[in-house]
Amino acid sequence: MGMNTKVNLLGIELDNPIIPASGTFGYGYEFAELYDINILGTFSFKGTTKEPRFGNPTPRIAECPAGMINAVGLQNPGVEKVVSEELPRLSQCFNKKVMANVGGFTVEEYVYTAKKLDACDQVGWLEINISCPNVHGGGVNFGSYPESAAEIIEAVKKEVTKPVIAKLSPNVTDIVAIAKAVEAAGADGISLINTLLGMRIDLNRRRPVIANKMGGFSGSAILPVAVRMVYQVANAVDLPVIGMGGVTTAEDVLELMMAGACAVEVGAANLVDPYASRDIILDLPRVMEKYRIENLTDIIGACK
Amino acid sequence: MKQSIFEIIENRPLTDSVMLMRLSGDTSDVTAPGQFVNIKLEGLFLRRPISVCDCKDGILTLIYKVVGKGTEQMKGMKAGEKLDILTGLGNGYNMSKAGDHALLVGGGVGVPPMYMLARLLREEGKKVTVILGFNTKSEMFYEEEFKELGCDVRVATADGSYGIKGFVTNALDGIDADYFYTCGPEPMLKALYNATSISGQFSFEERMGCGFGACMGCSCKTLYGNKRICKDGPVLEKEEIIWE
Repeated sequence: MGMNTKVNLLGIELDNPIIPASGTFGYGYEFAELYDINILGTFSFKGTTKEPRFGNPTPRIAECPAGMINAVGLQNPGVEKVVSEELPRLSQCFNKKVMANVGGFTVEEYVYTAKKLDACDQVGWLEINISCPNVHGGGVNFGSYPESAAEIIEAVKKEVTKPVIAKLSPNVTDIVAIAKAVEAAGADGISLINTLLGMRIDLNRRRPVIANKMGGFSGSAILPVAVRMVYQVANAVDLPVIGMGGVTTAEDVLELMMAGACAVEVGAANLVDPYASRDIILDLPRVMEKYRIENLTDIIGACK
Repeated sequence: MKQSIFEIIENRPLTDSVMLMRLSGDTSDVTAPGQFVNIKLEGLFLRRPISVCDCKDGILTLIYKVVGKGTEQMKGMKAGEKLDILTGLGNGYNMSKAGDHALLVGGGVGVPPMYMLARLLREEGKKVTVILGFNTKSEMFYEEEFKELGCDVRVATADGSYGIKGFVTNALDGIDADYFYTCGPEPMLKALYNATSISGQFSFEERMGCGFGACMGCSCKTLYGNKRICKDGPVLEKEEIIWE
């Protein structure tokens, strides 16, 4: 059986639907030392803001059952340096379009950063992170409310030419309301879920493990939440949906696609096993055969 | 960095809470003393970073303190069992900075990485003075091993139960070293920083996510810019350190 893993993401064909998620893959070249990252569908680079950021104080990592908490807080060199240094360096090892992940603290900052990255040839899509749980003092962010989520997307959409993907937070009461709001604001696609707000306590010190107290919970434990929210959103909007959250195996990829995702981001798994994304891609033909799938696109939203 | 499977050759206690594990496998990516490895353990999500005590002829020696679920699980492992390990992580110590006489200062589980460094400096014919700091005599290990390398060894115990009473900084008198290397708890590192007039290198600890530079979980600020402890460290030069 000739297996076809190709999918289309907003007008650009991907060799496969696997996309390492922002914050788990740097600007790509760390992983390019380990394997040829051109095997990837694409990847979403480290969340980039207008100004350079150190992020939150350490410790900012905590172990959890079947997952981890991070409270990095968007550490990045700032958009000017990303354009002048990181992207040229990436071009040495990656010849596909990359997904630019955009963070911010005001509407103006999002627009500024998105415009700068929109102008880069290497960038194929703009993933607008309106859902980072590690800034704005924990949890409250633009993506938490339909109105503010829509405001960012509308403002960015007016100023850029490339497809705009709104990255949504699971830390909301009604994910469908947020998804519909960004759709109405002109988003071309939606990606979800960002991390779940979590916290651990050090029993000896009786203090939070994380210096910032709370952080984003990710890892295999959150896959069922991701499947549920991708299913809800994909059935409520007419936009392509990128699914993510706890993906560790090729089977997880099929599950998110059957829930309605046209592509799948892999996050925390990359941090435990640096070859995780590559190995999932290499395993896709096996699971496609097992579940009698000839074209991966056939299973998008197949779960009714 | 390399991901590969290692086989445990031996795993035995050195003290009540400190264990020594020897493993065989592909050690080709271990390129400097002061590097660390990151170990995948059953049922735990993140790997566990452990400093390299020694690496020679395909044999990796790790000395670890049993402090939590990960090291507890390692303690129970037997010869013949296998572990998935990332090797060659971190920058390690830069040996070219040492002059004719190097001072190596290790505190507690900061002692192990000093061993490979001491061995390699001795093989280069350098004079090596080692100060080992422990809380108490029963927690002490590796004094003899350093002596066998031909190092001058001083031991300091906080309670005075062995060697010099006090901290490693109480054992500095009369040492005419031209450069130093250290690893240990941060208060010890800071005390040594303030007590020394010569230059040196410090190995730092931080909670890590990946251990290979991808997640930015373990970043710190230095005078040379932001650095990732796992990738740009764990060894920093005295001149760049910012104490927080």
